[in-house]
Amino acid sequence: MIRVELSKMVRSRRTWVTILLIDALPSLVAVLLSLTAIGPRPGTGPAFLSAVLTDGTLFPLAALAIVLPLLLPIAVALTAGEAVAGEAQQGTLRYLLVRPVGRLSFLVAKMVAVMAFVVITIVVVAVTAYVLGVLLLGNGEVTAGSAVVPGGTSVSGTTLSTPELVVRTALALAYAILCMAGVAAIALFLSTVADSPLGAALGAMAVLIASTLLFTLDAADVVRDVLPTRYWLAFVDLFRDPILWRDVVRGVLLQVAYVVVFFGAAWANFATKDVTD
Amino acid sequence: MIRTHGLTKRFGRVAAVSDLDLDVREGDVYGFLGPNGSGKTTTVRMLLGLVLPTSGTAEVLGRPMPGSAAEVLPQVGAMVEGPAAYGQLAGRRNLALYDAAGRGSRSGRAGRVDDALARVGLSGVDKRPVHAYSLGMRQRLGLAQALLTSPRLLVLDEPTNGLDPQGIRDIRALLLDLNAAGTTVLVSSHLLAEIEQTCGRVGVISRGRLVVQDDLDALRGPTGRQLLRTLGAVHGERAAGVLGRAVEERDGERLVVRGDDPAAMVAALVAAGVPVAEVTPERRTLEGVVLDATGAGSDDFSVTDPGREGAA
Repeated sequence: MIRVELSKMVRSRRTWVTILLIDALPSLVAVLLSLTAIGPRPGTGPAFLSAVLTDGTLFPLAALAIVLPLLLPIAVALTAGEAVAGEAQQGTLRYLLVRPVGRLSFLVAKMVAVMAFVVITIVVVAVTAYVLGVLLLGNGEVTAGSAVVPGGTSVSGTTLSTPELVVRTALALAYAILCMAGVAAIALFLSTVADSPLGAALGAMAVLIASTLLFTLDAADVVRDVLPTRYWLAFVDLFRDPILWRDVVRGVLLQVAYVVVFFGAAWANFATKDVTD
Repeated sequence: MIRTHGLTKRFGRVAAVSDLDLDVREGDVYGFLGPNGSGKTTTVRMLLGLVLPTSGTAEVLGRPMPGSAAEVLPQVGAMVEGPAAYGQLAGRRNLALYDAAGRGSRSGRAGRVDDALARVGLSGVDKRPVHAYSLGMRQRLGLAQALLTSPRLLVLDEPTNGLDPQGIRDIRALLLDLNAAGTTVLVSSHLLAEIEQTCGRVGVISRGRLVVQDDLDALRGPTGRQLLRTLGAVHGERAAGVLGRAVEERDGERLVVRGDDPAAMVAALVAAGVPVAEVTPERRTLEGVVLDATGAGSDDFSVTDPGREGAA
């Protein structure tokens, strides 16, 4: 069943259009930055954007910081929100279930397909950003003046070697993927509850918007640390020297908890649901 | 093949199906007849494990459902409430997807898809996406989907919906073909004519309850009356005089006469010099049986197959 879902995802034109659209924003930012060379003032704008002006190899991270807060979660909420409700609405759910496909393996396959979509998207964004970054913004060695040390600059101002940078970038991408798994699990659960795929997607987005809003509210302090979006941007800490693990670790645990709870809820709901669509 | 005991499904306070004892035997072409909204589809969904019964049990191929769905369903082909497909994909691709979701081997997939398409008369299907298909083609594709696994039991909900007369004939021939080859078939329909022409056994459901279940021949058995026609109304009156109190109704030259010995009846008439044009034993019609069993308020049966409405 996993293979079926993956093949459906890869064959769907919408998958690739979505990825293209998501990829377009950081690409646009790269072009604008290279044309104007105006970075955001320190402390404002997405992370890494100031740094990339001098070092294009950091641009994948800047791109990640651009798509992670809004674009990517919306795409994930739409895709995962459609997973069950969409199949139900077009009637294909009943025909898949009588093949038979077990209800748990159906949910697992859907989750895997959504995560595969996330991985493809993030890889595409990172690769495009790297290429554009190096082409348009240079690779740091030139601007740094000393052509001795290849590699990048950490957020803390020290220099990172290339292998170190690669490892940390990979960690950051993996972290972002995990954050999206949390979103996917929430949307998947709503997809087993809602009748319409759009309802499920909007529900998941509402959760994220509420979370973002509560995060900025001091009065919501008590719940702040369990908000799904709480540690999303903690991947920036992976580029401090030394790495500041605290928020990253908490973020990982929190996202795993979200996945377990909401995927469990999705299964509990779907396993005994009457499929009447 | 299918046996249910006290099968009941409630949606909230509404009982969609109540206390249903269905009995479909191996080799049957079983017609599951009922007006729209009578619980046919809910029953079919329960048999397939899509809807869980509130109470009662269902056995399909001798195994409990939905408990043994993993063993039972690979041997069952089904079409429930109209076909469904991924509109942006071609028909062949849709079948391959359904097949891949099932248990069939990968190597046999193309062969199974081709066979199924050929059976429903879609072998020449091109690469057009399904959303460009006509209603009839979708219906055929849905049937092909049900036939992918060469099932022992075929469960079809309103299989001829949206088909033209030729398509309906094709499907009927296909079902009888499959049945001759050993497939048990359950066809649900709200069309009396369709059931009457295809099925050997009939179950009638009305407001969630099974009101009739029997062989079609038994249901359409003789009523013990003869339909008599004489040559002209004058002779009709004379015949009524000869036969006396056995005559239940007379309309000019036509008489309905109680009695199950047409030969004696004709002999008496001829002896009295009444020319007889025709004598036929009166048989019950399925329509009559159904209307008797369902009583008032069952006028939502489409007896004569007027505008074939789409699945609700």
